[in-house]
Parts: sequence; structure tokens; C-alpha cells
Amino acid sequence: MTITDDTAGIGSRMLRKEDGALVTGEAKFVDDIHSPGELWMGMVRSTAAHARIVSIDVSAAQDMPGVEAVHTGAELAAMELWVAPLPCAWPVTDDMANPPHWPVAPETVHHVGEIVAVVLADSRYAAADAVEHVIVEYESLAAVASIDQAVADTEHAHTDLGTNKAYTWAIDEDPEGTQAAFDAAAHSVVCRFEQQRLIPAAMEPRGVLALPSPMGGDVTLYSASQVPHILKVMAAATTGIPEQKIRVVAPAVGGGFGAKLNINPDEILAISLANRLGRPVRWTESRTEAAGSTHQGRGQTQHIELASDSDGRLTAIRVKLDADMGAYMMLITPGVPLLGSFLYHGVYETPKFSFTCEGWFTNRTPTDAYRGAGRPEASYAIERAMDMLSYEVGISPEEIRRRNYINGGEPFEMWENPAGIFFDSGHYLPTLDRALDMADVAGLRAEQQRRRDAGEVKQLGIGMCTYVEICGLAPSRALGGLKYAAGGWEHATVRLLPTGKVEVVSGSTPHGQGHETSWSQIIATKMGISPHDVTVLHSDTAISPLGLDTYGSRSLAVGGVAISMAAEKVIEKARLIAAHQFEAAPEDVEFEAGSFSVAGTPSKSVHIQELGFVAFAAHDLPDGLEPNLQEQVSFDPPNFAFPFGTHVAVVEIDEDTGGVDLIGYFAVDDCGNQVNPLIVEGQVHGGVVQGAAQALYEVAVYDDQANIANPSLMDYLVPSAAEMPSITTDFTCTPSTTNPLGVKGVGEAGTIGSAAAVINAVVDALRPHGITDIDMPATPMRVRRAIEAARGGAS
Amino acid sequence: MPANAVRIRLSVNGRSHDLEVEPRTLLVHALRDEIGLTGTNIGCDSSSCGACTILVDGQSAKSCTMLAVQAEGCDITTIEGLADTTDGDGLHPMQQAFHECHGLQCGYCTPGMILASVSLLEEYPDLDEPGVRVGLEGNLCRCTGYHNIVKAVLSAAGKEA
Repeated sequence: MTITDDTAGIGSRMLRKEDGALVTGEAKFVDDIHSPGELWMGMVRSTAAHARIVSIDVSAAQDMPGVEAVHTGAELAAMELWVAPLPCAWPVTDDMANPPHWPVAPETVHHVGEIVAVVLADSRYAAADAVEHVIVEYESLAAVASIDQAVADTEHAHTDLGTNKAYTWAIDEDPEGTQAAFDAAAHSVVCRFEQQRLIPAAMEPRGVLALPSPMGGDVTLYSASQVPHILKVMAAATTGIPEQKIRVVAPAVGGGFGAKLNINPDEILAISLANRLGRPVRWTESRTEAAGSTHQGRGQTQHIELASDSDGRLTAIRVKLDADMGAYMMLITPGVPLLGSFLYHGVYETPKFSFTCEGWFTNRTPTDAYRGAGRPEASYAIERAMDMLSYEVGISPEEIRRRNYINGGEPFEMWENPAGIFFDSGHYLPTLDRALDMADVAGLRAEQQRRRDAGEVKQLGIGMCTYVEICGLAPSRALGGLKYAAGGWEHATVRLLPTGKVEVVSGSTPHGQGHETSWSQIIATKMGISPHDVTVLHSDTAISPLGLDTYGSRSLAVGGVAISMAAEKVIEKARLIAAHQFEAAPEDVEFEAGSFSVAGTPSKSVHIQELGFVAFAAHDLPDGLEPNLQEQVSFDPPNFAFPFGTHVAVVEIDEDTGGVDLIGYFAVDDCGNQVNPLIVEGQVHGGVVQGAAQALYEVAVYDDQANIANPSLMDYLVPSAAEMPSITTDFTCTPSTTNPLGVKGVGEAGTIGSAAAVINAVVDALRPHGITDIDMPATPMRVRRAIEAARGGAS
Repeated sequence: MPANAVRIRLSVNGRSHDLEVEPRTLLVHALRDEIGLTGTNIGCDSSSCGACTILVDGQSAKSCTMLAVQAEGCDITTIEGLADTTDGDGLHPMQQAFHECHGLQCGYCTPGMILASVSLLEEYPDLDEPGVRVGLEGNLCRCTGYHNIVKAVLSAAGKEA
């Protein structure tokens, strides 16, 4: 193995420590781990979106070879395997509707793919065979298959609720003032955007393996999860198994993007059944199954209105969302749209701001977090609307932005936004100038004009987006204020071992982000040691008992900061031991590049790694000092962090076919100080492509009976390398004021910027036709039809 | 084992394995569940994602789209065997390039992506960037946006990305 890289700490492009196991196939994902005597669950899933279960005939399945048992939802309910429904941790209002969501439907199904019975068999194939032989009879009920149908509220997704509306949530302090601003506006735009439903499609499907302990009563759950710590708490609350008897391990996890931050029926089933049967129980989702077994993302209809003065300076923004919850409230389903609520004014100042969100039930797979979770939606709405306002005012998209940036585009700290939260720091103008320059927008516009003048078939479009996002979730008190059930701190332990090596125990739970590398770099800089002397332990509640996991671009700005602070505490304790050795006062002992020395006497020095053994042997410690060098910190951030940036997308549209090619992408992002620029760039690349995929390709299509039409990767168009361009990146650096490392977050930034930039480019290309908007995904058919409609159907 | 099980001999990474499998057993399941080579991953059920790509007689193939019985008599290379195909004990140049170019994040698509890339360069050693992009069309990645994967493959081909 020749994976070495001796570059040191914070700021270096250190190659990842994780890679060795992943490029050789050594890494173990859940489906790679087996246990003797394991039983495979096969899920019998509803083929109806909304129906009463009349009967379930399991007799044929039960008699099949390899089948141990088949249990219906009613039987499982009678076994009292669970004491509460699957949890929703974010009841956004006191009167939010929250129909019970059981792991297996006992009587009525509310979406296609909901589990109605579970097979237990001795192999993958036997379980799959038996599922095919369970016969379920349904009595159909009217299905709510779209947001429009939910809002019409004539048929109900949950008949006993009597309405589809789940909640209304608003930030609307001065509705009359907002209306007055619209009445007085020189220009205004009224926009309606569709945030189509997306299938997250992490490359590793979800999977579980629950192992009972040989002594009984304890259970270990391996799950492809982003949130093993939250899962442990919720599994205890749901199954009634005492929390201390549950251990959750997220082994190698193949991407998450939000889709693995839930508490899923399969996880609860595996724990409950393993515990009851005393045998290992496992399940791995198939890709097609995932359309019903894993939550989906987005799913909003957005109404956004802008008012401005004659120069295009904003005077009011009014937003109304209709958000599709799907069939049930899962862990943070209702809160996802609200994560964007604070950002619908984007990077712009506006005197008046009004936001209302109504959550609606449909008979579709539940929605929940997907990369960006509420913020890509917000960024899309305001950035598309700003382009539309620029058309109204008759100025360029960059000029409308320049005129409205917070603080005139100049640097600021702790700016209070209209929703009452404080942006930690920002400096927007340089990202715009740099992005326009990098893309050579002036040159592109000249080429665009030439093609227009020549009437060429392939037309150019240039689109931009300046986004701001809210990450570093979160100050626990702020979450409490938003009625989120848990806190937002993160925990870290730093342990200097007897041999001078360091173990870091992280409450963050990586699934591709490279935390083992970045956390090692933080330790390297703080403690003055090689990052290769550091091991990062994580994602196992027995090893890392405290943590709040990885989502919402929080890991570095909360968890990384906790590690840095814990390292400082280790250094401070080690300083006491060094001072004792030097027979000096601790305040006279300096720490530099890993070594302690007495000020003015540099010949007397000891390296911190040598003190590991001293603290372990404990033969000669200062009086009253405990042995060992191990410190821990729970860091609760005082504020969120607000990364930002400007992206420019360049598309080429074939007007004959409607085909859109994304031919260039330029991203200038500012995530504050960077620990590893190589990893930061990688996050931007991947994020940009996920947002561009929403803009151009991806949509979960449901028919009018709420059946999903494209659950497999044959029909759900995750783009390949062939559809995507190289991405040019650059960065500015405006450190966060929220934490001592000055770091923000970058996991979702690319996605938050790119969908708007790409659609702005598509519309820019089509503007000579008088087209001012197009729905996502901008498929060839949609583009072609828009052109035909603009031409009066004459083409 | 069901009554219709058949005996097959698979040659994987230079070693011979005698297996009894159902005729319907997919090659990827035989590799993972019978032989225990779990580096070959499964990302879909429609032959779309390429996570399960292996080399069959040196050429890339999606092991979810072959039956185990079809692979009898073939030389199979999985990600676990790739490093050994080079001299010495180092990584294969393609594995090294993915590492050096940060061509992986979660790493789930990576074994398939690397083996597809090895096969692609074997067939077309002189590919440029568009060629690499089209050549890897059958392999999906959700993390990297492909930028650094393309860079890694060009780097392994001795080209500046």
C-alpha cells in the first residue's frame, strides 16, 4: 500500500486517509457484513396508494422453502413489538397533524410501498420469492396524488383527518405593510415555481442488520445511516427496549444526502424482530424498492412575489409555499421547508418580508431532507425571481443583484435578516465579480449575440445565482424555539495514548465527507503532530456514545470545532505536566509546534507526544492531577453559519430538439476558512451536479393514482459523466464569526447554487422567444414545447 | 441448497472456487455471498449504475447482469484482485490515480468505476476528456460530480486533466 501523504494540518490538500479501504474493496458496508443464522426480511409492500387492507393470505408464502415466518401488520401490532409510532422530531406547530406511522401498516395503507407484511427467510432469494406469494386484497380509497389535489382538499390522504392540511407556519409581522409596498411598487413580479419531488439515490441502497446478544436483551443494529446516535434514542423510544441495551453502528456508508437521516420501518423491524427471535435479522433495499422505502426530497409549489422601486431595488418579498409532506411525518418532514424560510430574501436587503408555508399530506412516499433541505428551494425561488425582476426593470441579472446585495455587497458581520436571525458574516460582491470574470461572461454574451443574429440552431444561455445558505446546525436554544425536539451541539473526545498517538472520537458520522482526514488535520495543526498519528473513531454508539450526527453541513462548523476545543483542553492539561517536569510555573510554559518549553529557555523542551506515557504511567504527575490525557467537549454553537457564493452556468440549447447541454459551470464559493481545499472542491463538484440534475433531468413521476412511474435507475435520470461538464471552482474567504476556527460548511452549497443558475441559463437562452420561465426538469420535451408555444405552434 | 443447485468452478483473482449455486444466481451474488468478495457493490436492479462492474477476461462487465453459471471458465478480476495485477505490492495505477485526484468520496461506486476505467483505457489508451466521459456513461456516482473521476482516469492515462 503506497498511500502516504505527509503534508500537515489545516489548509493543506491532504489526500484522504479513507481512500485505501475504499479503492481496494476492503471497506465494509452493511450488506457486506454477515452473521451466522441470519434471517432475511422481505417486505411485502402496498401496491395501492390509499386503501384498506381487506385480507392478507400468507399461507403459500409460509410453506415455501427457507421461509421461517410471515407476519402481517396486524399480527405484528398484536405482538407489541413497538410502543410508539415512528417518530417525528419536528412538530413545527402545536396543532400540527401527525397521523400515526407504524413500521408495518396494521389496517390502512397511505402510500405505494408502505409495508403490509414481513417475510423472514434464510436467504436473499428465498425472502424475495416468498414476498411474491403473499396475496393482499385491498379496498381502494381515493388517492391524493399531487400537491394541487391536496390543496383542493376534496379527497383526503388520511380520511380520519378530514383535511389534507398538516400545518400553517408563518413569518409575517406586517402583512399590511407588505401589501402597501406591493401597492406602491414601480415593478413587481409574481412567480410560481415547482420544486419537483426527487429521489435522493445515494449509490448505496439502505440496509440493516440487527444482532441480538447471545445473552439476550441487548441488540446491535448495523444500519446505513447518517444518524446512528439519533437512531439509538429513537429506536429505544419506539421499541421500548431500554436505550442502554441498544447499540447502533453505521459502518462504511455509501452516501446519504439526507436520505439516510431517518428512522425507518426496516430499522425498527430489524431491532424488534432480532430481539424477539434471538436471531440476526437483515434487509437490504433494492433500488426500485427505494422509491417507496426511503423518503424523497423537495416537493413544493412556491409562490414568490417581489416588489421593487423603479431602479429595481427590492421593497418587499412575499412567499407562500405549499409543501408536500407525503403520506406521513417522518423525522424532520415538516421542518424541511422551514429550513429555507429564513432565506427567501436570499442575499438581498428588503424592507418587507412575508413567508407562509402550508404543509399538505398526499398519498405519496414521505418527503424529508435531501441535500440542502429547504435551502435549495429558497435559493431557487429568489434567484429565479430576481432574474424575472431584472427582465421587468430592463437591467442585467448581475446589475439587479449588485443593486440589492446586503450592505451594498460590501463586507458585513452579524447582519439581522428580516426573519430575525443574524448572518454571521458575508461579502457577496467579490464572488459575483470573480464568477463573471472566470466564466468570461462578456465573451459568452458576444457569442450568444452572434448566434442569435445568425439564427443558429444551437443557442447559448448564461445564468447566474448568488446564494446564501444556513448551516452549522445549530444553536440548541434556536432549535428549541423552532420546536425541534433535540439540540444542535456536537461532541468530541481527544485522547493522547501512552505511545503518543492520538484517538479522536467524533459524534459526527461521515458517509463520504472525509472526516477522518479533516479531523486529523485539525489535530495536526492544534497539537503539532503528524495527521498520520491520529485515528478518528466514529459512527458506533458503543465507541462514540454522544453525538448528533451528520446532516445540514454541520460537521465541521460544530463537530470539527468540538474536536479543536477538546485538543486545546488536552494541551492545557499536558502543559501542567510539562511545567511539573520543568519545575516551572504553567504560565511560563509555551507550546509551539507540538513542543512545550520554558519561555526564554528553549533548550528545555518536551514534545506533547512524549507526555502521553507520562500521563499514563502517572508516576510523577503534579499533585491532584488525574492520570491520562483525555478530554471531551460538547460544543453548542452560538449561531448558525452562512456560506455563500456566486455560480455561473452556461448551456447550449438545440432549438430543433429542445435538448439542453450544460457546457460550462463556474463556481465561486465562500465557506470561510477551509481545512482541506481538496475535499471542499470535491463537495462543490458533487453538489453542483446534484443541483444541475434537478434542473435538467430528475423528477419522481407519479400517476393520478399516486403510483410512482419511474422508480428504477432506468427511468429516474441520475446523470452520468457524459452529461456533465468539468466544473471550474474558485473561492473567497470570509471567516465565520460563529466559531473559533472561522469555518462554515460546504456539503450542500453546490446544490443550493446550481439549480437556479442552470435554469436561469436555460431561460436566458430562450428569452428571444419571449420565454421567461420553464419548469424543472427542463427536459427536451418541455423546452421544445415552450419554443413551439412561443412561436404560436407554428413550428 | 435447493435441489436444482449446480456445481460450478469460478476463477476469481487467480484463485479457483468450487461453488454450488442455483442456476438463477447472479454472478454478483456468487462473488459477494458465496465467495465473500464484498468489494463488488450493488447499486441498482436494472443494470444502470455500474457499481458491480468487474473484469471478465479483462473486459468490464456488470456482474449483476450475468449469471454465475455463465462465468464458468472465465478469468474474473474483482477490485480485491486489481492491486495484485501490478508488479510489486502497490495499488494499481488506476486505484492510485483515484486516490491522488480525490476521485472518490463515499467510495461505493468506486470499485466498479475503477474497473470500468481500467477496461476503458485498455481498449482506448489515448482517450481525451470527452472520450472518458462517454466511456464511463454506464457507471453512476452521486458524490463527486464526476469531475475528479475524469481527472483520475486521464491522469492514469498519462494525461494532464
